[in-house]
Amino acid sequence: MDLYEYQAKDLFAAHGVPVLPGRTVETADDAAAAAAELGTAVVVKAQVKTGGRGKAGGVKLAENADEAKEKAGAILGMDIKGHTVHRVLVTTASDISEEYYFSFLLDRSNRTFLAMCSAEGGMEIEQLAVERPDALARIPVDAIAGVDKAKADEIVAAGKIPAAVADEAAQVIVKLWETFVSEDATLVEVNPLVRDPQDKVIALDGKVTLDENADFRHPDHAALVDERTENALEAKAKAKGLNYVKLDDGQVGIIGNGAGLVMSTLDVVAYAGEKHGGVKPANFLDIGGGASAQVMADGLDVILGDPDVKSVFVNVFGGITACDAVADGIVEALKILGDAATKPLVVRLDGNNVVEGRRILDEANHPLVTQVDTMDNAADKAAQLAAGA
Amino acid sequence: MSIFLTENSKVIVQGITGGEGTKHATKMLAAGTNIVGGVNARKAGTTVTIGGKDLTVFGTVEEAIKETGADVSVVFVPPKFAKDAVIEAIDAEIPLAVVITEGIPVHDSAYFWAHAVAKGNKTRIIGPNCPGIISPGKSNAGIIPADIAGPGKIGLVSKSGTLTYQMMYELREIGFSTAIGIGGDPVIGTTHIDALEAFEADPETAAIVMIGEIGGDAEERAAAFIKANVTKPVVGYVAGFTAPEGKTMGHAGAIVSGSAGTAQAKKEALEAAGVKVGKTPSETAALMREIVAGL
Repeated sequence: MDLYEYQAKDLFAAHGVPVLPGRTVETADDAAAAAAELGTAVVVKAQVKTGGRGKAGGVKLAENADEAKEKAGAILGMDIKGHTVHRVLVTTASDISEEYYFSFLLDRSNRTFLAMCSAEGGMEIEQLAVERPDALARIPVDAIAGVDKAKADEIVAAGKIPAAVADEAAQVIVKLWETFVSEDATLVEVNPLVRDPQDKVIALDGKVTLDENADFRHPDHAALVDERTENALEAKAKAKGLNYVKLDDGQVGIIGNGAGLVMSTLDVVAYAGEKHGGVKPANFLDIGGGASAQVMADGLDVILGDPDVKSVFVNVFGGITACDAVADGIVEALKILGDAATKPLVVRLDGNNVVEGRRILDEANHPLVTQVDTMDNAADKAAQLAAGA
Repeated sequence: MSIFLTENSKVIVQGITGGEGTKHATKMLAAGTNIVGGVNARKAGTTVTIGGKDLTVFGTVEEAIKETGADVSVVFVPPKFAKDAVIEAIDAEIPLAVVITEGIPVHDSAYFWAHAVAKGNKTRIIGPNCPGIISPGKSNAGIIPADIAGPGKIGLVSKSGTLTYQMMYELREIGFSTAIGIGGDPVIGTTHIDALEAFEADPETAAIVMIGEIGGDAEERAAAFIKANVTKPVVGYVAGFTAPEGKTMGHAGAIVSGSAGTAQAKKEALEAAGVKVGKTPSETAALMREIVAGL
C-alpha cells in the first residue's frame, strides 16, 4: 500500500525523523486556519499518490492565511494524472540551502535491501539515475545487519553529502531505517531531504510503501487505508476478501484461479479481442485455491456489477481446486444472484475432476452459461460475446 | 535423474499437524513421496497417522534429521511463524527447504535469505509462496497435483503455480523430469537461473520450459544466463502483457514500475538469447512439441 505524503511524514515523525510542522485539511477555509495557526509562510501541497505534483501546479507557496485559502481552493479538486485532490497538506515554508535524495528499497535481484543516496536531490530520481548515474550512490544493506550509525556514515559518504551536515544526515538515515524495518515498508523515499540555513537536515517530502503481508503485526496500518480514492468495485471486492483489480477500457470480465493463470487469461482475451473489434479484459480476479460457491458468487457479483462488462470468462485449471466444486460454485452463484445475473458466462474447466465439473454445468443447463474446452477457444468466445453485446 | 528432488529424497513436513500440512502430506504420500516425519515443537513426540502411515512429530528439524536422515523439508507453517521455521531448517542444514506458505512479509523472507547466505548456502530454499517441486514418478514436495503429467524429458521452471499446472497439462503426453514452481514473491530462494543450470546438467532433461511473469528482472537475467550457459533448447512464456503499470496482480512481485519489468521487455530479452517465446500457454506448448519431435 502506497501512503500519502502526510501519512509518510506522520510515520517519520513517530520514528524521530525531522519533518516540518503541518496540518492536512480538506477545505480552503481550513487551509487558511491551518496557515494562521502555523503563523508562518506556508506551502500548500496536493495529497495524491503520484509524482510530478509540483509541475502540475499542485504545490504552491502562500505568504499568509488569505493566500493559503486561495491556493488551497485552486488545488483542491484538481486532477493530477488521473488522481483527484481531496486533501492538501499545509506546512511551514522552509529556507532551503541544499536538496539531497535518499531512499531505502527492496533490491529484488540481489534479494536484499538497498540504500540510494545523492547530494543532488530535488529532481526526479529516474532522471538523475539516467543522466548522472555516478551521482547516485547505491549501497546494499544486509537484512540482518541493518543500518547502524557506521553504515549510515558509509552511505552518506558515498552519496557525497557535504561534511558539514554528514553526521546529522547519517543520524536521520538511521531513523529512516528504523521506520523502514519497524513499519514493514518496501520503500521509504525522501526527495528532497533538505539542509536548511541552520544546517538542520529535514525530510521535506516522504514516500512510503507498506507491505500488506505484514498487516498482521501492524493493526494500526488499517487506519491508513483511504477508501474514498479506491475504485468502488475494488473496495467492494476487498471487503469480500477478493483479489481484484479493475482495468480501464475492458469489456470481458475475468475470473480465474491463481495469479499467473489469471494474468495469462487477460493476455489471451486481449489477443482474442483483436479479432473482435478490440475488446479487452475488464478486470483481474483471482479466486485462489478454494473456489467455494460463496467465493464464486462474490466474484460474479462484483464483476456483474461492473457496467463496462459485457461478458464473463471463468477460466479454471483444477490443481488443488476440484472442477466439480467450481461448477457447483457457478451453479449456486447463479441461483444466489437470480435476476441480477444478466451477462453471458463462458466457462473453461480443466484438470482435477473435470469430467464431473463439466457434467454438473451441462446438467444445470443455465441459459447464460457456455462451456468451451480450451482456454484459447473460450477466450475467443467470450470476446465474441462481448463484441456482439 | 531429475533435479533437486529424487526417489531417494527423505521428506519431512514442517507444520504437518496443521490443516494444509495434513492435507498435502496425504497427497504427497499418495504420489509416492517418502515422507519420514513431521515437525511441530508443541506436539513433539506424538505420532500422526496420515494415509495409513504412522509419522513421528519431532520437536525440531535438527532432531528429525538425526532420527530419520531427512534431506528435504516442506514448510506449511503460517506466515506469522514462517520466518522462524525456515531459519530452523537452515540452522539444521537441511539440503532442501520448500516453502509453500503464501503471505510471508518480505522483510521476513529477506531476513531468512540473508541468514541462509550467512550460513554458507547449505540449504537450497524453494519459494516462498510457491507450489513446490515434483519429479513425476519419483517424489513430490509441495502442492503440485501428481496426476497432471508423468515422467518424461522436459524440465519446467515457473514463477506461477497454476501456469505450472496448465503447462504440465498441455505437455502431459511428453512428461517431465522435474517441474519446479519458484514462487511469485519479490524475494525468493531458488531462481530461474538456478533451475536452468540444474536442468542443463541433468541427463534426463532434454528440453526446458521457462515461465515468467511481469515484475523485476529475473527473466532478463535468465536470458543472459541461457545465452552464455545453456545448450539445451529452451521455450519461454511470459504472463502479464496487458497488466497496467503500478498495479499488483496477486503475486506481490508481479508489479510493473516505470519501464522496467514489462512482459514485452522480457520476451525480447529471451528471444535475443535464442529462446522461442509463445504468446499463449498453448502456443508455448506447441513450440515445445515441435522441439521434442525434432530431438
